[in-house]
Amino acid sequence: MRKLLLFSMVVLVGLVFIARLFYLQIYNTQSYDIYEDNAIRKVFTYPKRGYVYDRNGTLLVANQPSYDVMVIPREVEPLDTLEFCKLLRITKDDFLKTFNKAYRYSPRLPSVFLSHLSKEDYAVLQEKMRKYDGFYIQKRSLRAYQTSIGANVLGDIGEVNRSIINRDPYYRMGDLIGKQGVETSYEKTLRGVKGIKFIQKDRFNKDIGPFDEGRLDTLPQPGKDIKITIDAKLQEYGERLMQNKRGGIIAIEPSSGEILAMVSAPSYNPNILVGRERSKNFNKLYKDSIAKPLFDRGLQAMYPPGSPFKVINALIGLQEGVVNTNETFTCRMGYYYGSRKLTGCHHHRSPANMNLGIYESCNAYFVNVYRRILEKDGSNISENMNTWSNHAKSFGLGNYLGNDLSVGQKGRIPDGAYYDRAYEKGRWASTYVVSNAIGQGEVEATPIQLANMTAAIANRGYYYTPHIIKSIEGDTIPSKYTKRNYTTIDKQHFEPVVQGMYDVYNKGTAKHLKVSGIEICGKTGTAENFVRIDSVKTQLTDHSIFVAFAPKDNPKIAIAVFVENGYWGGRFAGRIASLMIEKYIKGDVTRTDFERWILDHTLEHEYEKPYSGKPFKINGETRVLRKEEYDQIKQAIIKNSQEEPLDQ
Amino acid sequence: MQRENHRGFKFDWITIILFLLLVGFGWVNILSASHSGDVVSYFDMSQPYGKQLIFIGLTFVLILLILSIEAKFYERFSSIIYLVSMLSLVGLFVFGKNVNGATSWYGIGGFTIQPSEFAKFATALAVAKYISDLQTDLRSIKDQLKTVAIIFIPAVLILLQNDAGSTIVYVAFFFVFYREGLQQIYLILGVIIIALAVSALKFGIVITAVITLVVIILNFFFTKKKRITILQSLVIFLLCVSFSFSVQLFYKHVLKEHQQNRISLWLRLEKDPAKLEAMKKTILYNLNESEKAISSGGLTGKGFLEGTRTKGKFVPEQHTDYIFSTVGEEWGFVGSAITVLLFVMLIIRILYLAEAQKSQFSRVYGYAVASIFFVHFMINTGMVMGLIPTVGIPLPFFSYGGSGLWGFTILLFVFVKLDSNKINEW
Repeated sequence: MRKLLLFSMVVLVGLVFIARLFYLQIYNTQSYDIYEDNAIRKVFTYPKRGYVYDRNGTLLVANQPSYDVMVIPREVEPLDTLEFCKLLRITKDDFLKTFNKAYRYSPRLPSVFLSHLSKEDYAVLQEKMRKYDGFYIQKRSLRAYQTSIGANVLGDIGEVNRSIINRDPYYRMGDLIGKQGVETSYEKTLRGVKGIKFIQKDRFNKDIGPFDEGRLDTLPQPGKDIKITIDAKLQEYGERLMQNKRGGIIAIEPSSGEILAMVSAPSYNPNILVGRERSKNFNKLYKDSIAKPLFDRGLQAMYPPGSPFKVINALIGLQEGVVNTNETFTCRMGYYYGSRKLTGCHHHRSPANMNLGIYESCNAYFVNVYRRILEKDGSNISENMNTWSNHAKSFGLGNYLGNDLSVGQKGRIPDGAYYDRAYEKGRWASTYVVSNAIGQGEVEATPIQLANMTAAIANRGYYYTPHIIKSIEGDTIPSKYTKRNYTTIDKQHFEPVVQGMYDVYNKGTAKHLKVSGIEICGKTGTAENFVRIDSVKTQLTDHSIFVAFAPKDNPKIAIAVFVENGYWGGRFAGRIASLMIEKYIKGDVTRTDFERWILDHTLEHEYEKPYSGKPFKINGETRVLRKEEYDQIKQAIIKNSQEEPLDQ
Repeated sequence: MQRENHRGFKFDWITIILFLLLVGFGWVNILSASHSGDVVSYFDMSQPYGKQLIFIGLTFVLILLILSIEAKFYERFSSIIYLVSMLSLVGLFVFGKNVNGATSWYGIGGFTIQPSEFAKFATALAVAKYISDLQTDLRSIKDQLKTVAIIFIPAVLILLQNDAGSTIVYVAFFFVFYREGLQQIYLILGVIIIALAVSALKFGIVITAVITLVVIILNFFFTKKKRITILQSLVIFLLCVSFSFSVQLFYKHVLKEHQQNRISLWLRLEKDPAKLEAMKKTILYNLNESEKAISSGGLTGKGFLEGTRTKGKFVPEQHTDYIFSTVGEEWGFVGSAITVLLFVMLIIRILYLAEAQKSQFSRVYGYAVASIFFVHFMINTGMVMGLIPTVGIPLPFFSYGGSGLWGFTILLFVFVKLDSNKINEW
């Protein structure tokens, strides 16, 4: 027995050791991750971010170098904080705050300590950086905007946040990523692929040479330049016209689906989101919950489409065979159901056939057509509503367009189930939903959907998915942008409707908007809208809406203009649409009277009304203000409030 | 003539092959752990791996020398060898060179020699010689004291040179004594003492006392032949308690801070997470890095010369005491487990051969060799893997250093020689 003591202990110890090794090396470890190994320094080489050009080759976005001070908290040795802070021009509090934040993120991984040094600061710091262990300077590339327009189109780049890092392991703390606009939708194309070098470190944190003879190192792949479909001149003009107004303009080339202009107002200068002031400025824009400058009204704002939607109902009526172009309906300044007036109308010739119905925008005409669509064959209204809904949806309404823009909205085209839910099945009738006939009620659309709808009419029955990419350096654009999407309306039904839209300019609601030498087809729109003020539903001045395309044959541009609270369609939106069309087709503007009027007038006072806390008047009871008048009123208010301080 | 030939083949080749494997694999890891940048020449004398290669070369000369000397020589001259070895230890107090706080080296030219590495061999010889004497009876207190004196002299001398780690190795001789007839009670006492010491530090005196009392009472009632009276039980209890108390005093007042910390870490005595975190960065640093290096090896390791933590020299003393972490990182679980198995096989082989010896001298000596290897292997590897408190002793054949390599080689090959001679010992 005595012989066995040592023998058994040797065996026991051997087993315990192997068990321990198993625990340490197999059980207790995740697979070896070189990125987590603090014996390996990872040096990233950031490639050039691709440039952005407009459709005519004008450079819109380029790059500029920027220098960031990086920190690896664990490697920081005690330092002369005072001197260091002075060099970086920060306070000691800033120093501690940023340092602790970086430490909390990770003691081992680099964090940005101070971003966007100026070239001068960099020159000074570069010499002295060696003194501060754990800090180093990393060169990066920032955007240099060659223009002050198109903030919503171009977007910007900013540092990745934690959730992006968790989602996509490509990104590391401090990396830049597209945040809005084409920077987001073409992030991968523009950014390229960063290169990486693995460097072996020793425990004093000194580099001792490439890891694994550099076998894992990769070279950066430069980002690709892109050309976008935007016409910079048209975009700039649109932004200028939309000053002091809120709303959106979308212009599309019908023959390709290319977006020529994409204006959202109010906007901002993209240059303010570059450099050290970025987060400050971004916060300012982000927190403006009234003007919402970061909200792309052209893409995201859902408005009642108003009268332009009538042409869709005309097309559906023709397709379904419930109406022909010659049939007339009486309009008695509105549509009467029995003795009840379901909807009003303005004064015009009566009775109206389709052509007149369109160019005079007769509400009664379209309520009649719409009711016929829903009551077709006297049968199931819910099914007829579905038929109508599907026709409308084939114009790209009521759903995402599937385009290459970073934001969007579905809009809304109700179907039978929608009203079955709202009223209970079988408990509703066509008279309940007549507002849809004139683009009010439950129908909602974004300006880009209206522009696309107009393009589909211009093409007499199909549209290309609107897109912003024109070409990618050394690559092709996705094939879905070169494929026609056909509507459910037969081609022959379009001609009378197009003629109606042409007559809108010729003799209808937009006859004063004519532009000599261009055959424009359009449709005015005026949409009632409401907000809740202290939970009371309050009506505001109507939205001014206009859709148009030109020329009538072989159209080059289809446009939708939305001006919030601009009152009637011809007043703001119509003028802007005419100017945009003329600008694009002729390259210059002859209707300088419109231009002057639009630039001269403001709607700011309309936008202040719901926030004023006082009762206010709308539509016809109020008037549009010239900019000077508005400024004078403003100044008077400021003066008053200074003289008589509010006592409350 | 024929007899000579016959003798040549009687060396135990299994032991020799295990030895060669360990030395060879050991050197590969020293190369990994100590090279910086590119390996220019394996014989680069400015680098530890170059020096170690020279040491290994000289080892073969040493082996030939050992094997060519008559086996009887070692038994006959054991006393003289012991005496010389002890004198070399004493001489350190006069001529010794201080390295890392321990005065354990003689400096000769560019080289240093550590006599304590050879003292183990001398002590093993002396112990074998004394125990194998027909007059010696390990059951008698007198002979027990004399035997213990043989190991106490080098142990104390080494301790005085501030090399506590090397002192602990002499515990190995307990296995030898036990094998050769030391009473069972010593083993029981040893286990009780260790248990009491650990319990006193980990749980405090009160709980230790309660546990002791319960054990004594249980023993009192359940032992059929009641040999222990109540009075005796009481004395035992008081002895246990006062021992626990003195362990605490010893821990608090005699041990140096770094020794306290090692024990505190091993027994997880520190509960304050902030202090524990601070400890991890200071005294736990070596252990932490070594465990990290081993863990990062995974199943098959990162490959020869590819260990990132080894290359970065994150583990201090990696080519000496912490050499096993290199094995762990570059060769993974497979390589480490094979290394552990090689050691276990070598020790068991020596034990097996020792039991087969006809002469008691050879058997005791063989047993001593196995015990010393075992203690070194257990303490070093256990420490590197974080199972045992930090004790700075080398891993036989693996750790860098000429004295260590030669000390272990002499230990082993004198036994190989003795073993080869067993046929002549009638």
